Amino acid sequence: MAIVQGERVNFSYDEEGPRVLHDVSFTIDRGKWIAIVGHNGSGKSTLAKLMIGLYLPTEGSLKMFGEDYTEQNVWNIRERIGVVFQNPDNQFVGTTVQDDVAFSLENRGVPYEEMRERVMEVLRQVSMEQFLDAEPHHLSGGQKQRVAIAGAIALHPELLILDEATSMLDPQGREDVMRTVTELKETTDVTVISITHDLEEVLLADEVLVMNEGKLLFQTTPEEMFRHGKKLEEIGLDLPFTLRLANLLEREEINVAHELTEEKLVEQLWTLYFNK
Amino acid sequence: MLEKMIIGRYVPGTSFVHRLDPRSKLLFIFFFIFTVFLANDLLSYSLLLAFTFFAVWLTQIPFRFLFNGLKIVFYLILFTFLMHVAFTKGGEVLFSIGRFHIYEEGLKQGFFISIRFFTLIFMTTLLTLTTSPISVTDGVERLLNPLNALKFPVHELALMMSIALRFIPTLMDETDKIVKAQVARGSDLNTGTLKERFQAVVPLLIPLFINSFKRATDLAVAMEVRGYRGGEGRTRYRQLAWQGRDTLVLLVLFAFSGVLLYLRMKG
Repeated sequence: MAIVQGERVNFSYDEEGPRVLHDVSFTIDRGKWIAIVGHNGSGKSTLAKLMIGLYLPTEGSLKMFGEDYTEQNVWNIRERIGVVFQNPDNQFVGTTVQDDVAFSLENRGVPYEEMRERVMEVLRQVSMEQFLDAEPHHLSGGQKQRVAIAGAIALHPELLILDEATSMLDPQGREDVMRTVTELKETTDVTVISITHDLEEVLLADEVLVMNEGKLLFQTTPEEMFRHGKKLEEIGLDLPFTLRLANLLEREEINVAHELTEEKLVEQLWTLYFNK
Repeated sequence: MLEKMIIGRYVPGTSFVHRLDPRSKLLFIFFFIFTVFLANDLLSYSLLLAFTFFAVWLTQIPFRFLFNGLKIVFYLILFTFLMHVAFTKGGEVLFSIGRFHIYEEGLKQGFFISIRFFTLIFMTTLLTLTTSPISVTDGVERLLNPLNALKFPVHELALMMSIALRFIPTLMDETDKIVKAQVARGSDLNTGTLKERFQAVVPLLIPLFINSFKRATDLAVAMEVRGYRGGEGRTRYRQLAWQGRDTLVLLVLFAFSGVLLYLRMKG
């Protein structure tokens, strides 16, 4: 069943302003992990804002759980979505970790006893339970983002949107956050939409939407997407290390299959050496 | 000297005073201010001092730490003392230097006002030293709750306070970063005339302001997406529990005020 369905979505921030989205049509199915990639200004973040109901499409329709956003249903729809934004500091509302996780629960009027349980439960899910009383400035970016994930899933949403959630993190923090999301995906049936310009993150997804200049270039699987290596580089995306290496090897007339994981590439290389 | 300033700082701990409900501590300070003005002679001022030291002892904060932290304030108290000694007239002349006389009353008033000042500063500092800023905010919110009936935005005020507190360290870090960035570009913050130094601050403030607005927008979006729609229908995660010791503390204060009042009436 479709959890998000866009039909010829058009959007511009001002009436006279340029179109940020052009006729974007796509379907996102329940239970999937979808990556939306694109260069800066490709419209991927705008798409996220439309999905959260911060803006409405100028033309076309964007249905969340089968409904278009209206003034009446916006809060109900949002209750079913958890969002993690880019900047770890600017979305930390509470003064301590547990206060921040509880914020969305407080807003929905969840009773105190239930809040306590839920806060502990979700903090355990993101492995931050030993930081209950930590203040945000004593946490690393990756830890803050994991707290943000805990806050986002505290209401057991059906859809989790990661809007460039790892782009401000160091490699370690990025890895921790992605591992947390992967574990979450394995243990719950939440649908994940991760908006990113990091193609390595795309490997974790079931499907990819590639955006360029406000248009949907294609919707496909990650493996299929990387066959269009040249095209991706043309629209300003950085290929994963393994693919870049394979391309460079090709130029030296060493042919290896275009593998996406480092292990597989290494395996190919050493067997290549022995087969010589 | 500023690093040692402890006004407004919080020292985590588990003492009797730390464990008090912020509401009882706020109420205590509120009533204590009136109590201080009940004292009017040597005995009552001595009692007031003793009471204050007892409170300090209860917090288990080393007296020296408190004393060092409040040094700046002591200069102010000393100044007040000297002003009184110099300008209050009445009673016997204790001694004279030329046309300049020091009266008994001046010395007495100087002492009393200094003690008054001293106990007030000590007690209020104890409040912030033993109560985390967020607890103070919680306490203020609960105490002001009745004002909701008058359409006074208590919840919004408390939320503003807590967000401000939450962002102080973040903005400090940011300021630090901007200072370093500007210094790296050759900006000179520590030398030059007052005017030049003031001008050097402008390139720090502008990026700080712009970033703060950006943060505010991000935060507003994040709060909205997490379902924030104002105070109505919200539950609270931070619970306050009024306990026996909170009532006890206020009763002790009232008893103490009663003693001071009795002494005043009798004297």
